[in-house]
Amino acid sequence: MILPWLILIPFIGGLLCWLGERFGNTLPRWIALLTMSLLFGLGLWLWATGDFSLAPAPGADPLWAAEFQVQWIERLGISVHLALDGLSVLMIALTGLLGVLSVLCSWHEIQNRVGFFHLNLMWILGGVVGVFLAIDLFLFFFFWEMMLVPMYFLIALWGHSGSAGKTRITAATKFFIYTQASGLIMLVAILALVFVHYNSTGVLTFNYADLLQTELAPGTEYLLMLGFFIAFAVKFPVVPFHSWLPDAHAQAPTAGSVDLAGILLKTAAYGMIRFALPLFPNASAEFAPIAMGLGVFAIVYGALLSFAQTDIKRLVAYSSVSHMGFVLIAIYSGSQIAMQGAVVQMLAHGLSAAALFILCGQLYERLHTRDMREMGGIWARMPWLPALSLFFAAAALGLPGTGNFVGEFLILIGTFPGAPWVTVLAASGLVFGSVYSLIMIHRAYFGPAKADGALLGLKPRELGMVMGLAALLMLLGIYPQPVLDTSAASMHGVQQWMNSALTQLASAR
Amino acid sequence: MEFTTQHFIALLPLLVTSATILVVMLAIAWKRNHSLTFVLSVLGLNLALLSLIPALGVAPLQVTPLLLIDNFACYYMALVLAATLACVTLTHAYLGEATLRGGETARKGYPGNREEMYLLLLLSAAGGLVLVSAQHLAGLFIGLELLSVPVFGLVAYAFFNKRSLEAGIKYMVLSAAGSAFLLFGMALLYAESGSLSFAAIGASLAAGGSGLLVQIGIGMMLVGLAFKLSLVPFHLWTPDVYEGAPAPVAAFLATASKVAVFAVLLRLYQMSPATAGGWLNDLLTVIAIASILFGNLLALLQSNLKRLLGYSSIAHFGYLLVALVASKGLAVEAIGVYLATYVLTSLGAFGVITLMSTPYSGRDCDALYEYRGLFWRRPYLTAVLTVMMLSLAGIPLTAGFIGKFYVIAAGVQAQLWWLLGSLVLGSAIAVFYYLRVMVTLFLVEPNLRRHDAPFNWGQRTGGIMLMFVALLAFFLGVYPQPLLELVQQAGLVVLVN
Repeated sequence: MILPWLILIPFIGGLLCWLGERFGNTLPRWIALLTMSLLFGLGLWLWATGDFSLAPAPGADPLWAAEFQVQWIERLGISVHLALDGLSVLMIALTGLLGVLSVLCSWHEIQNRVGFFHLNLMWILGGVVGVFLAIDLFLFFFFWEMMLVPMYFLIALWGHSGSAGKTRITAATKFFIYTQASGLIMLVAILALVFVHYNSTGVLTFNYADLLQTELAPGTEYLLMLGFFIAFAVKFPVVPFHSWLPDAHAQAPTAGSVDLAGILLKTAAYGMIRFALPLFPNASAEFAPIAMGLGVFAIVYGALLSFAQTDIKRLVAYSSVSHMGFVLIAIYSGSQIAMQGAVVQMLAHGLSAAALFILCGQLYERLHTRDMREMGGIWARMPWLPALSLFFAAAALGLPGTGNFVGEFLILIGTFPGAPWVTVLAASGLVFGSVYSLIMIHRAYFGPAKADGALLGLKPRELGMVMGLAALLMLLGIYPQPVLDTSAASMHGVQQWMNSALTQLASAR
Repeated sequence: MEFTTQHFIALLPLLVTSATILVVMLAIAWKRNHSLTFVLSVLGLNLALLSLIPALGVAPLQVTPLLLIDNFACYYMALVLAATLACVTLTHAYLGEATLRGGETARKGYPGNREEMYLLLLLSAAGGLVLVSAQHLAGLFIGLELLSVPVFGLVAYAFFNKRSLEAGIKYMVLSAAGSAFLLFGMALLYAESGSLSFAAIGASLAAGGSGLLVQIGIGMMLVGLAFKLSLVPFHLWTPDVYEGAPAPVAAFLATASKVAVFAVLLRLYQMSPATAGGWLNDLLTVIAIASILFGNLLALLQSNLKRLLGYSSIAHFGYLLVALVASKGLAVEAIGVYLATYVLTSLGAFGVITLMSTPYSGRDCDALYEYRGLFWRRPYLTAVLTVMMLSLAGIPLTAGFIGKFYVIAAGVQAQLWWLLGSLVLGSAIAVFYYLRVMVTLFLVEPNLRRHDAPFNWGQRTGGIMLMFVALLAFFLGVYPQPLLELVQQAGLVVLVN
């Protein structure tokens, strides 16, 4: 019974925030903070108590650590079917943590329409939790589309007006159209899968466990897999579909950026691992070289463009493209080690990107610019913030001791036996990563100062958030074993699906 | 044929509506009173809705060769009656107060005669009731004309307003041309098959094959119906008429009128298998794709909310054609669900425009800039319009999503990939202008404003109705099962004599 509450808590909390607005601006913030802490706490409690050796695997009915099902739309065989395994519990804990942080980081940034802002923020997170829990394909799509609307409002109403010709509304609309159009393609693919299943068995159902048994002709399987892949690729973002991301990030308020980079991108990776691979293993195996190629391209392309940015938030945004490229390679590598690496990388990137965006937001509050040409010499002008930025930049470039290192290292080492050249090219991303990370530090914090006055130091709230993230990232880098243990069974199942398909493909050739 | 009680019971919705028309007419002749006319109309429509329950008890039943009262007819009758009821409620708000209020000397609201508007709405609704139960070309024509002719008067009701008059005349001329096409097509079909009933035409065509005359006949009928449904390339009247017509009338045009015509088109298409040749399917496919793309692309350019909704309705009927072309499996259900959600959504959207323009003061409040920052003045009204825009765009948690989901399901089941492709593309384009409307509502307020909804809008009948519509749109988006069960019952019944 706890699973539906994980989704309901943010939705109810959001409504309360909206209603609480009439009693002043502080009440919604506290309600939101409480809601998110509750979600985070529940996530941690589930993590601590659940048995995560249960996870879906080929050849048997999927097992889950926790499950919840009620009929919803009987006519079409749709039910509210939620389930939890190691992968989802990690993602939910991350969602809760970043939820708390996004409330905290907008404590002073957002000053008007506070209640409505938190309503949107809570609803995004509710939708994301829904995506991580739903295993009815209709329900999954439902949440997948639903989280767009509040995100749209977040960017369009509280965003920053950007450089000339790029208003926040254009950025928000671009984000919405990209994801909505690709989502509809996925809906068509979902329905096609359901009807193929219906034609062969006579049962109309959207249930994950049933649809896993569907027998698909190779051509159909490939097309349906592409339908899913496109939707996930846009959100991922894989390079030809990425152009909404930098705009959305640059224009979004800090909390929006934190959520976008920290968890919204993860829903795409989660969707691939949970749905695209197990439902279409053969087509995915056939598609794997292309996907890995796209991943390598994303790594290099993202890194190069990141280097060329002058807007600090766009720089971090492009670095996300680069980092998610590693995750894409890992997902399609068919190696258990790499997939485990992908999970660590998702968590580590969630933490480090969130931290970098929070730091950018704090910088913006003090300098009122995101243009790195206007910065310079900040190291001498304020304590703490530059040093912390350096730490997270180092984390982003994969310095040992941080979670990012563990993730990238596992991905590379796991992919190497299967696809050595991909690994070699992807490893170059590490080098590029250090280039853009250090140039960011160099341009923003060193060099001649543009002004002399000392900047306002970090408040305890601001410092606490970032220090907490730094500590977690170190913990993940030094002792990642709990995370690896939690996700082991889930990743093992997916890897079996992928691996048997890969071996079949290899023997067929 | 002999009329028994059963036949009268089956016809009860139509009879009650007609009786209401007479009563309202007499009441107007006896004493002009805005509120009385309104109350009488609402009572009559509610009675007609209630009388559907006994009618369902005797369905399916053929009443004269012209009409067939089956579950399908009853479902669409309910839809038409409910939409009319909502439009009547909006009309009452729109026309405004006739009485003098607390020291104000000026008459507020519509300056001319108010009462006839209800009469025309009721007449048109009666036409809709005939149309949805027609199973005979004569019934179709009677119903269609009874539906359209009062609408000429409705569109031009604010005749001292140039735009309204222009729209009325435009609609009349083009509608007459559409009817002429329809009649000619019927004549050709009759010449070939020797019968006017849908089923008999279908049977004789299936037996004798389709000659050139039949093809031309069907084509011409399609032109006539496509005109009423404003499908591309017969859509040119739509934006002008929507813009010129008073807001509640535009709501009626978009909902009751179109639903009735689409229902009869569906029945015709399902009962007369003239589609065997396949070319009709191809033609409908082309029309559907053109409607989806043109409707959405042209809507992008609009800065007038009523015109925008007009173009968007063109696109929505393009989506509906996808299900019509699919014609098997879920298709009939999909159309039922989609029409219900579309009616709900359009009523909500036009309802907000109506309340914003309430009471009548010359021009309707339809320019997009007049809605700037509405959220900070009228949060709940804005919430209604936001839900409606999301529903039109087909975003989850709203009824529109369920409708669009059903149509896509019907399309996938029939493997209509081209149509689905254009549907996806059209939806992506559509999101752009729906979002534009939506975000306008939340922007910073301008200093200058001409129109505003009255502060107590939520306590009036129109406002209460609107809140109900919005809640229903939300509820059906979250829990559509009741609607789906209802639509499942409302299948077509083919009675061949």
